[in-house]
Amino acid sequence: MAKEHPILETRDLTIRFGGHVAVDGVSASFERGSLTAIVGPNGAGKTTYFNLISGQLSATSGAVLLNGEAITRLSVPERTDRGIGRAFQLTNLFPTLSVRENVRLVAQAKARKGFDLFSVAESHVELLERADHVLAEVRLIDKAEQTVAALPHGDQRKLEVALLIALGSQVLMFDEPTAGMSVDEVPVILDLIRKLKSDMDRTILLVEHKMDVIRSLADRIIVLHNGALVADGAPAEVIALPVVQEAYLGKTPDASANSGEAA
Amino acid sequence: MLTRLLSGDTPRSGLLTVLLLIVLVSLAFAPFLFPGTRSLETAARICIFIVLVASYDLLLGYAGIVSFAHTMFFGIGAYGTALALSATGPSYGSLIWGTVAGAVAAAVFALAIGLFSLRVKAIFFAMVTLAVASAFAVLVSQMSWLTGGEDGLNYRIPRALTPAFKLFDEKILGVRINGKLLAYYLVFFVSVILFLAMLRIVNSPFGRTLKAVRDNAFRAEAIGYRVVWYRTTATVLSAVMAALAGSLLAIWLRYTGPATTLSMEIMIDILLMVVIGGMGTLYGAVLGATLFILAQTYLQTLMGVAADATSAVPLFSTLVAPERWLLWLGVLFILSVYFFPSGIVGRLRAGRV
Ligand SMILES: Nc1ncnc2c1ncn2[C@@H]1O[C@H](COP(=O)(O)OP(=O)(O)OP(=O)(O)O)[C@@H](O)[C@H]1O
Ligand SMILES: [Mg+2]
Repeated sequence: MAKEHPILETRDLTIRFGGHVAVDGVSASFERGSLTAIVGPNGAGKTTYFNLISGQLSATSGAVLLNGEAITRLSVPERTDRGIGRAFQLTNLFPTLSVRENVRLVAQAKARKGFDLFSVAESHVELLERADHVLAEVRLIDKAEQTVAALPHGDQRKLEVALLIALGSQVLMFDEPTAGMSVDEVPVILDLIRKLKSDMDRTILLVEHKMDVIRSLADRIIVLHNGALVADGAPAEVIALPVVQEAYLGKTPDASANSGEAA
Repeated sequence: MLTRLLSGDTPRSGLLTVLLLIVLVSLAFAPFLFPGTRSLETAARICIFIVLVASYDLLLGYAGIVSFAHTMFFGIGAYGTALALSATGPSYGSLIWGTVAGAVAAAVFALAIGLFSLRVKAIFFAMVTLAVASAFAVLVSQMSWLTGGEDGLNYRIPRALTPAFKLFDEKILGVRINGKLLAYYLVFFVSVILFLAMLRIVNSPFGRTLKAVRDNAFRAEAIGYRVVWYRTTATVLSAVMAALAGSLLAIWLRYTGPATTLSMEIMIDILLMVVIGGMGTLYGAVLGATLFILAQTYLQTLMGVAADATSAVPLFSTLVAPERWLLWLGVLFILSVYFFPSGIVGRLRAGRV
């Protein structure tokens, strides 16, 4: 068990859109089984940082390392194969297919059966069972037969999370998973994310705006501001930092945050 | 057993099942139900076009890829078989090697076009196929020393598949069992097998992945599917199926020329048949091809009859004059797209008839 490399690391990761630097030299490493919250105001570069890690965007400079190996030049599916999974801030599903089929496709990708031309898809019972298991976990099983496009927004958000759970990668990145979900659904999803971390030892990156969620889930907080990493540390410490209070929490002063000792 | 044969993809609508059974039975017993050369020609064309249209739907309806090169692949198969029969004589050996060579050539072409252009935007692929198909058609008509140019190729096929060959001296059910009838059943059974093979492909894990790629290629990549490979494979499979349909046509007609295989008109017909039948369901190809070819073949005759019968009514009889059949085909097409935007099969399934 070589424990020398963190599971995921970014070194000086940078992307420029024309003159605008959306992610600016971000270096951070993530330990196996940790849950890191990534916070920052709108347009800070959180989603772009995710896109650089999972490969939807290629870095202008810097590197992404998975288990110590550079994956900066790999394509999206290659990174997915190696263990990076990603859910999207803007729901991004297969709209004309059924809810069950959406999840089944993920299970099928994971089982690497996509190029099987000769068997009937429905005969792979284990993939259907896996899909139904995940749908039961996110409480969508009653709507398994429905077409995704006909689903209410909150349910689409749940399915978005379900796809990532079904993928069950080593590194799981959630981009505001509970945004747009009804209040009573939120704890269900948060429990699932917590379980992925503690029971399955997954490494989780979570973009989240709600401070109470972050406090209850995260081991660590990273703060991005104008693309740069401005703070990184334990939740209580980071929340108490003046720069964070100003840049991020300034608009919504949080009394309990002031109890933090570090500064 | 039947469900297995259909790869679990049953028609899921009573009326659709009935219509498909009518088509199947009519085609299976066409020589006995509809005697006569013209109706047998029509039945064979329907069989071949069901395969051709289904193979196009594999690309358009399942993978969401627009191609204008489908008649090129159809032509490659037809010319492969035709050239082999011309070059090495009317034996089964020539028939087989020509067909295989045509299918392989189609696959190689499709692979090259796919790898070259599917990485980029979908519209780029459509444009490349249009350019390549036009260039190919010009090439075929220019290289007349090989292809016979615009006149095409006439050749002989194995004698057992020609009208001159008589299996029995007596007629059976009033029909003479000759080589033409054997050729029809060759076309029919090969078409059935190819159709069932495609039905399996679209219901396989691969076929399901194609639908995912069509719906949202970006997300398909994010869950680990290499979209370019899936699109390219779909292009190759569809091209091979089209080439095999072309070989069937070459055997059936004993003639291959640009007008029967490569013309843009046929490409447009294929598109119309897919849309009328319903995209993204192979049963749509069955109904689309059958209705379209029946209309194409008999609308003119039917209108002639109607025009004669109504010759007393001045305006009406001019409207249904046989020369206007293309106009009416157009009207039928517009009506069908207007009333069945998801095709006949889509409509039937939604209606839960
Ligand atoms: N493909 C792109 N081309 C040009 N600019 C981009 C692109 N993607 C992101 N940006 C810009 O980069 C900046 C960071 O955007 P990003 O979406 O990463 O922010 P975010 O932190 O996720 O914000 P939010 O909280 O609103 O989701 C924004 O100014 C955005 O306009
Ligand atoms: Mg974002």
